[in-house]
Amino acid sequence: MISQILFLLVTAAAAGLFAFQLRKVRQNIQLGRPLDRSDQPGERWKTMALVAFGQQKMFKRFTPAFLHAIVYVSFLVINIEVLEIVIDGIFGSHRILGQFSGPLYDVLMVVNEWLALLVIVACVIFMIRRNILKVKRFDGVEMEESKGTITRRNYSHLDANIILVTEIVLMAALFAFNVADIQLHALGAGALQSIDNLPGTFPVSSIFADMQLFGTNPHTLHLIERIGWWGHIVGIFLFLNYLPISKHFHIIMAFPNTYFSKLEPKGELDSPKNIHEEVKAAFDFNYQPVEDPNGPKRFGAKDITDLTWKSLMDAYTCTECGRCTSVCPANTTGKKLSPRKIVMDVRDRMEEASKYKLVPNEEGLLVPSDDSIEGAAEAAQHTLLGEHYITNEELLACTTCNACTEACPVNIDQVTIITEMRRYLIMEESSMPEEWGIMTQNIENNGAPWAMPAADRFNWAMDIDKIESNEKVSE
Amino acid sequence: MSEKIQVPVMADKVAAGQNPEYLFWVGCAGSFDSRYQRVTQAFVQILDAVGIDYAVLGPEETCTGDPAKRSGNEFLFQMQAIQNIEVMNMYEVKKIITACPHCFNTIKNEYPALGGNYEVIHHSSFLQELIDSGKVKMSGGGEFKGKKITYHDSCYLGRANNIYEAPRKVLEALDADLAEMKRCRTKGLCCGAGGAQMFKEAEKGKKEVNIERMDDVLETKAQIVAAACPFCMTMLSDGVKHAEKETEIEVLDLAEIVAKNMDA
Repeated sequence: MISQILFLLVTAAAAGLFAFQLRKVRQNIQLGRPLDRSDQPGERWKTMALVAFGQQKMFKRFTPAFLHAIVYVSFLVINIEVLEIVIDGIFGSHRILGQFSGPLYDVLMVVNEWLALLVIVACVIFMIRRNILKVKRFDGVEMEESKGTITRRNYSHLDANIILVTEIVLMAALFAFNVADIQLHALGAGALQSIDNLPGTFPVSSIFADMQLFGTNPHTLHLIERIGWWGHIVGIFLFLNYLPISKHFHIIMAFPNTYFSKLEPKGELDSPKNIHEEVKAAFDFNYQPVEDPNGPKRFGAKDITDLTWKSLMDAYTCTECGRCTSVCPANTTGKKLSPRKIVMDVRDRMEEASKYKLVPNEEGLLVPSDDSIEGAAEAAQHTLLGEHYITNEELLACTTCNACTEACPVNIDQVTIITEMRRYLIMEESSMPEEWGIMTQNIENNGAPWAMPAADRFNWAMDIDKIESNEKVSE
Repeated sequence: MSEKIQVPVMADKVAAGQNPEYLFWVGCAGSFDSRYQRVTQAFVQILDAVGIDYAVLGPEETCTGDPAKRSGNEFLFQMQAIQNIEVMNMYEVKKIITACPHCFNTIKNEYPALGGNYEVIHHSSFLQELIDSGKVKMSGGGEFKGKKITYHDSCYLGRANNIYEAPRKVLEALDADLAEMKRCRTKGLCCGAGGAQMFKEAEKGKKEVNIERMDDVLETKAQIVAAACPFCMTMLSDGVKHAEKETEIEVLDLAEIVAKNMDA
């Protein structure tokens, strides 16, 4: 009875804390501008099914995709057992699914055990890849721990290692639970477990149980069995609440983020309405531009409040895998631009705004809502664009080639963020490389990006021979 | 003396009461870049030989606004777009062919929001259709027979608009030896010129993107690099020069390859 109450308390605390954290993330994402992504629900479900559920884009690189698929499938399957643990925890039952599902439970346990073992193997390989082999795409300025201030997540590798170790520990707890349970029943001490016959078939744990891994003392075995059981479920609760401050949050965010993917062709950039109003006014001096009170406050993006909620959701979905940066033509030729850094900076700026309780003012700029918070005034001085986060040099290096968006396994759209920020640079600050200034003038004056007179535009057509079949043959 | 082609201009056609089926959108590079003018001419030779009912805007054409938009100058982009849309709508243009993937992407995807709705066809798809329908017949032999050709994917055709096969189908119609670069199709490496990079120096780095791409080209041992974009053409040609391979590697546009090899 006591353990049931304890279990309920732990579960409620975990769920409550997680709900609180989700609410905070939601609030942060809502700092973004409105964007309508309610169209084409069929296509959206399909995209989510393929990209998030089906891991479609992971398989562009087979080895990590295969290992990742093991962990992912295990996550889905072992969750069935977590359901059992929760029911047992609440009602004080033991392996409740086993009481009802008979042979199905055998199948579930066999699959679970092999998957759990494979997860441990996969996590070990992942750790070797990251820490010993040092796979190149896990490298980069945004991955360095020394880079950040307190408001930034500067613990990508630590984060990854925490996740991998936790996963190994969770699986180990599951095995401890199974092994001790089998040993208890083999000793005929099942009475300690409220059931006489242990349901299920355990191909991995029975090997260790046969070796009497945990000795023969029924009370010790019972203790280990309980530690395994509690360890697994408490571990999962801790893990759940670690997610929102981790790159591992993608296991949840990948689903909404792929659902709300950009469905237009990758090459298409939007034409913001506020700019269109200005252009109409430029063509017609009598035209009064229509101002949308909920529309963008400026041209392009200076801070996270100028980006759409989808770009902000992108940032919370990022797994920091570096597939984007590893295929970026600018990054791979040594330029400062790293699409992963752009996305991580957006997230870090959101976290900063959240930590210091910054809220948008009438101009959409983030200002302190509570002056008593130390550092809030300073945090309000930062913007996404600028030395603290993303610099002009990074933005200017983008070729808009969409290699990053193509590579991203969770459909993040880095090019939209970069373009929005370029819009701010050029249209609000008139800050651009000299050559782009010349290009702009040429387009304005000659209708071409080069300094060529419009009158010469048709000169190419003056002297073109017809193709002649006879000539062709004789060639 | 061979006969010269009179390139039809939309204003003249419409004034004469005719309504050409296609507008051939030449683009700034196709109009002014001396290298890409040759591609424009080759494509016009094909249109003429097949008897396509087309016209160009001639002096009435201006920049689509693509480089302005990609650089972040949305204002200038929309100014350009609205002017072009006005002209094309005035001529009741329905179908547009262009050899420039940047013009293609902009007119196809970004003009509709500003009132320009057209069927836009890139010349690679158009050439493929001409070959598939038998209107263009490739001669069996020709100068490409047995030559090693590799195709460089333009980002604005490939990833931006999912056109990967049409250019390859065109090349398959030749009696040539096609080789893929290790980074191709969805994984194709940018030439370095997109996003208005064509019009400025690259940011500080270790290497130019087109030099990086040249390594992929050299690895295939191709004698011809086929391109389908004026910016790629410039970047690849510079890459070949940088590698000092001008005598061994030729960069050609699909239209030039077809014009050289078709039976008229």
